[in-house]
Amino acid sequence: MFKKILIANRGEIAVRVLRACHEMGIASVVVYSEVDRAALHVRKADEAYPIGAAAASESYLNIPKILEVAKRSGADAIHPGYGFLSENAKFAQTCADAGVKFIGPTAAAMEALGSKTRARQAMEKAGVPFVPGTSRGVESFNEAEQVAARIGYPVMLKAAAGGGGKGMRLVHAPEQLKSSLEAARSEAERSFGDSEVYIEKAIVNPRHIEMQVLADEHGNTVYLGERECSLQRRHQKVLEEAPSPIVDSEMRRRMGETSVRVAQAANYTNAGTVEFLVDQAKNFYFLEMNTRLQVEHPVTELITGLDLVHLQIRIAAGEKLPFRQDDVRVRGHAIECRIYAEDPDNNYFPSPGKITLLQEPSGPGVRIDSGMYEGWTVPIDYDPLLAKLIGYGSDRAQAIARVTRALNECFVGGIKTNISLFRRILRDADFCAAKLDTGFLDRMLKRPEDKPADSKAAEVAAIAAGLFAALGSTEAAGSGSRAAEKANSNWKSASRREALR
Amino acid sequence: MLYDITIDGKKYRLDLNRADGRWSCRLDGREFEIDAILTRPDVLSLRIGDRAYEVKSERVANDLHLWVGSTCFAVEVRDPRSLRGRTRAGDDHGPRKITAPMPGKVVRLLVHEGDEVEPGSGVAVVEAMKMQNEIKSPKKGTIQKILVSKGAAVNAGDVLAIVE
Repeated sequence: MFKKILIANRGEIAVRVLRACHEMGIASVVVYSEVDRAALHVRKADEAYPIGAAAASESYLNIPKILEVAKRSGADAIHPGYGFLSENAKFAQTCADAGVKFIGPTAAAMEALGSKTRARQAMEKAGVPFVPGTSRGVESFNEAEQVAARIGYPVMLKAAAGGGGKGMRLVHAPEQLKSSLEAARSEAERSFGDSEVYIEKAIVNPRHIEMQVLADEHGNTVYLGERECSLQRRHQKVLEEAPSPIVDSEMRRRMGETSVRVAQAANYTNAGTVEFLVDQAKNFYFLEMNTRLQVEHPVTELITGLDLVHLQIRIAAGEKLPFRQDDVRVRGHAIECRIYAEDPDNNYFPSPGKITLLQEPSGPGVRIDSGMYEGWTVPIDYDPLLAKLIGYGSDRAQAIARVTRALNECFVGGIKTNISLFRRILRDADFCAAKLDTGFLDRMLKRPEDKPADSKAAEVAAIAAGLFAALGSTEAAGSGSRAAEKANSNWKSASRREALR
Repeated sequence: MLYDITIDGKKYRLDLNRADGRWSCRLDGREFEIDAILTRPDVLSLRIGDRAYEVKSERVANDLHLWVGSTCFAVEVRDPRSLRGRTRAGDDHGPRKITAPMPGKVVRLLVHEGDEVEPGSGVAVVEAMKMQNEIKSPKKGTIQKILVSKGAAVNAGDVLAIVE
């Protein structure tokens, strides 16, 4: 087993991984950029190394600097988290060459699955169903025209080299194809340095359902249940749940076995996720495989009772999977909300700043994976994910009740967050009825919010405003008794003023 | 003690007094039975009759926000007998600074000195993280001064303009 693991990441995932290290008796080494000196992952680690300026290219994406820290600290393994270098085949290879174990798949497996077109070709060979379209980038507009006519509109143009919605265009009719193709190509070139674009049939109102897989380095591959990730805004996930409300055990078995075939076709090891689009008839189509641990892994952990990061570390250390497929049970329901420092009233613009007050929920069925703390100043330089708030229950209704209650207990003062978005989602009738698809959030956000005017609450606020002023809220008074003393002195000065009137 | 309180444009008059350890409270002439403690300077545990509320306060930019449950109220408090007013920020009379909420670059100025603005009028556009953010005037008034030019780099809290 490893003695020391370097976590090449930051924020909530770095904290989550170092917690696993501490639970397993492994020393944790972290790195931090100039603006992250006060970050939670630095405070909680065993060793911490500065690695340069805020810009990711100078710090968290800087392969030589990270390997240098590995060498100096004597770390025998590196966990890349998600994002940053987690799906960078060059990084995985550099670690292997330096004799430091990369906790994840091999560079070869990443490369096989990293290019969307190469992944589709491999899936074709493995007999995995995928969305009709091209397995290679289209060479010319004529080819694009022919393919689109064959598979039928609407079609989706996609960048082979990337994701996150970049280089993607939905084309409804033949007249739009030419300009959309040009736009998709140039966006792909700008975002990924690769203008290769392929075409897929666009599925109407699809659900995005993904399957967690885990493979050891001895040939054992299992699936651990699916996650429903249809609630997205601009192709970014916002809320995820497990299991999917529309997947029964039979569909889970078919999707799971398909996912295992995908992983095996690429000689995949460690944790990964196979993404599918599911149409309204419950046909599922392979979309891509993510060769890393994902943000939303907690919902799978809660319904299976497994710790995925512990398992990642064990697999990387050469251990066999301690269970078989038959041992995997899915039980209960979990819902995760991604809490971002964003302003919902200003188009979700990032909202950095100092957290002046933090109340975090706890109690039954609540899990919070957080990178923030009270008094911390959220830096502007990175993705503003603050925390993941997960509610777990014995069924979906209870999970909704738990996560709603947890959100009501959660307060982040001093900055704007997207917490109000989740309250709106969890109240929505279609959400509660599990009528989900990838267009859900855009449709909900287009509808005007019906906020009942609460005059009673306004009166409470008015009374509270006076009390804050009277009891003295602008100074950092601290304890209740000191507040009372201050109150007395305010009353003294008030009565003096009265006497002078 | 008397307070003039404005919440979302609505004005309230609050009369709070403490005698023998008991509060008396009159809001717009109506009597309320209250009991309150600060559990920390920005968190108030308030009982009105038998109902219990936890009210949290925060300052965002220059504004005071009070949260009752999950509802946020922008609040201005004035002690009518105070010579300078309890919260300068809440004062509708007097110049207000319009500041950049985050570091970025001024890509466009939407007003000139001397222009009349309404609450919510756009004053400048600041770009950060590849997104453009329109900075708005908090009050009705005249743009007294513009302190940045197009293309200027700004930090969080830097004053962009003053509206009077």
